[in-house]
Amino acid sequence: MNETPLHRTALYNQHASLGAKLVPFSGYDMPVQYPAGILAEHSWTRTNAGLFDVSHMGQCAIAGPDFETTAKFMETLVPADVLGLQPGQQRYSQLLSADGGILDDLMITRSAWKGTEGSLYVVVNAGRKNEDYAHFEKHMPNGIELKRWDHLALVALQGPSAAGVLVKLDPATRDIKFMHSARLSLQGITAHVSHSGYTGEDGFEISVANEDAVKLWQLLLADPEVRPIGLGARDSLRLEAGLCLYGHDIDETTSPIEADLLWSIQKRRRVEGGFMGATRVLQEIANGPARKRVGIKPEGRAPAREGTVVTDRGGRPIGTVTSGGFGPTAGGPVAMGYVETAFAKAGTAIQLIVRDKPMPAQVVTLPFIPHNYKR
Amino acid sequence: MSVKFSKDHEWVSVAGDIATIGITNHAQEQLGDVVFVELPAIGKKVSKGGDAAVVESVKAASEVYAPLTGEVVEVNRELEGDPALVNRGAEGDGWFMKLKISNPAELTDLMDKNAYDKFVSSL
Repeated sequence: MNETPLHRTALYNQHASLGAKLVPFSGYDMPVQYPAGILAEHSWTRTNAGLFDVSHMGQCAIAGPDFETTAKFMETLVPADVLGLQPGQQRYSQLLSADGGILDDLMITRSAWKGTEGSLYVVVNAGRKNEDYAHFEKHMPNGIELKRWDHLALVALQGPSAAGVLVKLDPATRDIKFMHSARLSLQGITAHVSHSGYTGEDGFEISVANEDAVKLWQLLLADPEVRPIGLGARDSLRLEAGLCLYGHDIDETTSPIEADLLWSIQKRRRVEGGFMGATRVLQEIANGPARKRVGIKPEGRAPAREGTVVTDRGGRPIGTVTSGGFGPTAGGPVAMGYVETAFAKAGTAIQLIVRDKPMPAQVVTLPFIPHNYKR
Repeated sequence: MSVKFSKDHEWVSVAGDIATIGITNHAQEQLGDVVFVELPAIGKKVSKGGDAAVVESVKAASEVYAPLTGEVVEVNRELEGDPALVNRGAEGDGWFMKLKISNPAELTDLMDKNAYDKFVSSL
């Protein structure tokens, strides 16, 4: 695997010139942190606005003759209500396998633009895009096609100042409701802007042509409220926000119900089913899953990392930590993981086996830091 | 009193039979923001190359190996409340532990400052 050369995003030279520490991530050479460091970058995003290069993620369109046809196809692969999307509206969902495991999680947006009314704009994880695209193509009927949008870059502007920064560039930003998107002109740069993110803060994800990426990046960084943020802080921000990371908190062995993602399955789909993996999902909705993803708060100062064994207070193994580390805003260690359902209630006393020693911890309600979305 | 360095990026400063041990400035730069330090118990016997402490950054946990064999006689309690002291003063106030060393001959296996700097630039 080390032999494969790493991909570079359109912003690679910007990261290098800002002094970023670059690491391999999902086949890309990505900035894990800038000279400010993960703690400072994390806090800046919670108090101002952080700019993230997330161009490694897979952007594509599922294009059919009309919205209904395309949405109905998508609903065969995901448990979300896609037919109910308004033009420009976005939903979080999961691609499920036939046995109800999660193949990937993704964002689905209904096109609001003339000429592409039959398209859904989809963003998937970098490390899963080839598998996802093959999955779409395998199940796609005639008349619907996958368009890989590898010519697009994606940046995220996240934090309480994000909206104000974008409004200065295009006042139309104000009209984009949470989990909706619009096409804006940011000082002449055509951008597809969605009001969403992965930090728990209010913010936007901005898709532009690769050749416009540097101009947009520099334009946003020129605002004193904006600083560049690496993947290190992206991870600590999303963990505090209780958001899943594919390959860690969710994967082909976990179902959306075990992962506590029932909120992302709208009522009609829970009643009607009709999506791949529905048998397991509907059964778990009815009877409850055997295990559940929960927040875990260690009582001491030692972080519990991914893979840490969770036991009851008597020492019997009841689960595993899937993400864990230090929460800079929480001011201490934070984690999430799966535990047997009997232990999933907030307040349940558990133990974490860290370096062969049992450490007291508690099951807590996610998120660790309240979401700050402007709905 | 000269300072010696290990290939595992620890520094050692010896006075009599007491060695003060910490991680190097290069090590703290590589780790990034330190958020937790686990120190050994007083009286614990450590052997050269064996686990002595744990230092955790936001991203990951790393072992700190004992650069010498000996018994832990003191630990830097300041690090428990202020782990970032390791970043601010890795080769000073951010020391980890003091060992009563049992085999001074092991000191010859460690590098002086010049040799360590050369070692780091070769990485």
